Amino acid sequence: MRPAFSVLFLTTLIGIGQGLLVALSVGQWIETIGWAPVDPNGNFIAYGAVVAVVFLGLGLFASFFHLANPQRAWRAATRWRTSWLSREVLLLPVVMGLGLVYALIQYFNVQPALVTFANGESVTLGLVVGTVAALAALLLFVVTGMIYACVKFIREWASAWTVINFMIMGLASGSAVAAICANLEGGVLARFYLFAALVLTVVALATRSYQIWLNSRLALKSTLKTAIGQHHQQIRQISQGFMGSSFNNKEFSAPGGRDAVRGTTVAFLFFAFLLPAALMIVALGHGGLVVLASAAAIQYLGLLVERWAFFAQGQHVQNLYYQGKA
Amino acid sequence: MFGKKQTPAKKQLALVIDLNVCVGCHACVTSCKEWNTSGSAGPLPDENPYGADPKGVFFNRVQTFECGTYPNTETVHFPKSCLHCEDPPCVPVCPTGASYKREEDGIVLVDYDKCIGCKYCSWSCPYGAREFDEVQGVMKKCTLCVDRIYDTSLDPKLRKPACVLACPTSARIFGDIKDPQSEASIAIAENSGFQLMPEWGTNPANHYLPRRKTRITLHEDELVRADNPLKVEGEPPKVPLTSPTIDDASNW
Ligand code: SF4
Ligand code: SF4
Repeated sequence: MRPAFSVLFLTTLIGIGQGLLVALSVGQWIETIGWAPVDPNGNFIAYGAVVAVVFLGLGLFASFFHLANPQRAWRAATRWRTSWLSREVLLLPVVMGLGLVYALIQYFNVQPALVTFANGESVTLGLVVGTVAALAALLLFVVTGMIYACVKFIREWASAWTVINFMIMGLASGSAVAAICANLEGGVLARFYLFAALVLTVVALATRSYQIWLNSRLALKSTLKTAIGQHHQQIRQISQGFMGSSFNNKEFSAPGGRDAVRGTTVAFLFFAFLLPAALMIVALGHGGLVVLASAAAIQYLGLLVERWAFFAQGQHVQNLYYQGKA
Repeated sequence: MFGKKQTPAKKQLALVIDLNVCVGCHACVTSCKEWNTSGSAGPLPDENPYGADPKGVFFNRVQTFECGTYPNTETVHFPKSCLHCEDPPCVPVCPTGASYKREEDGIVLVDYDKCIGCKYCSWSCPYGAREFDEVQGVMKKCTLCVDRIYDTSLDPKLRKPACVLACPTSARIFGDIKDPQSEASIAIAENSGFQLMPEWGTNPANHYLPRRKTRITLHEDELVRADNPLKVEGEPPKVPLTSPTIDDASNW
């Protein structure tokens, strides 16, 4: 499939935003149950949530470039009963809204205690809203992943691993950004986030590699025999019905073909996972913000390459009809 | 995964394409383009039509395949357009509802005023039947000439898709495949009509008729004229009118 840059930016940017929201909420829970001291100034979560909303907003902005008629984009919210794409269109603004409310509650410290624990900490409004935002963000990973995983005619995508990988990669990159935010605000959770980002990056390396391996062993479900209904062992296409090109040649193939997929796969395994993981280990050692920031930045670029390869690797069944011309 | 299945239509208009007859002349392609580029829905644009890499939107294409190994090959011309699937995977994925299947006759259509051009539906068609119009920014596909098959100002004989009317070999049959008496249903039933890629469960309405060989068996004695066993060429001999005839009934 042809990788569209709008979608590459959309899925990677909202992945960071969602991962960041989840990380913030988890951090707040950790503070609440007393595994870590509460942030003295308390603003880290507010700023972090704003950063998450900015990432989600940038992703939403990028998505409009994918539409040929963006002025009617509101219509895309109408078919949520059947279309995962429609569900994403609905859920993304919801997650952004929740993130914004979370940020406001934390910033203005509107924190009526709902339940109080023995250690003196209590379940506050911010904690509840943050948890809801994090759950919505997790759900959005599923919804975004399903947009691709439900396309059964692209066997490389039609797998639960598409959803799992979207989620783990988003959580990893979001945790890395959470570590930066915590570090900047002098938060106590910086090391925790950094460690989480490292673990998630390593897990992502494993699960994404597993999907690459699975995709290298896919069996064909259709052949030219069933595509044109001729019971011959040897069928060769002579004409696609035109001498130039068509939508079917452009949308369903990637520039560079299989070589480009192979090259970008090696590149993203290194830049999205291995190199950032190494830098995160260094950052854990001496805690430098520069190392941490470069790990996150390199990981983001690596994930862009990863998304490119994800799209380019998808082989659509319709390509059976567009194989050759004499 | 896609929600509830569509209830099967009571009427399902479709094309039946006889691969045994199609000669690959592309008359259906040009007449489809002519009709559908001239309607009120706007043109089917061509980009760079006279340049090195022309690209355009068509509802119907005729592809050609070679089956077998040289010299024992067979050329199959294969017209391809939207198959108006009875369980169309392209419809439920559309986020706007622009893609829909009509209850009354089973035609799958795109509402160009609702389509946002996300192209998601084209990913969910295994046949590559949809083509994107970059100029209007909407997805396009065969409408089964919905704007002429119900046009009462036309002679009833002409209320058929443009491709069907254009085909010089009558390889294309149009009709309701839910009506067992229709020409289309009879053609499918009598000539082993088949669907494309049935393994995906799309249940295409359009059917294809297979290549078939027509053979007759002749026996030796059928090659010899019983009334001329000696194979004598020339005018038959003049026989007197009084002599008996072969069957004793007819006259010389
Ligand atoms: S042929 Fe393709 S576009 Fe037409 S109804 Fe079937 S799935 Fe949809
Ligand atoms: S391109 Fe148009 S018809 Fe196709 S899924 Fe998107 S909105 Fe629906």
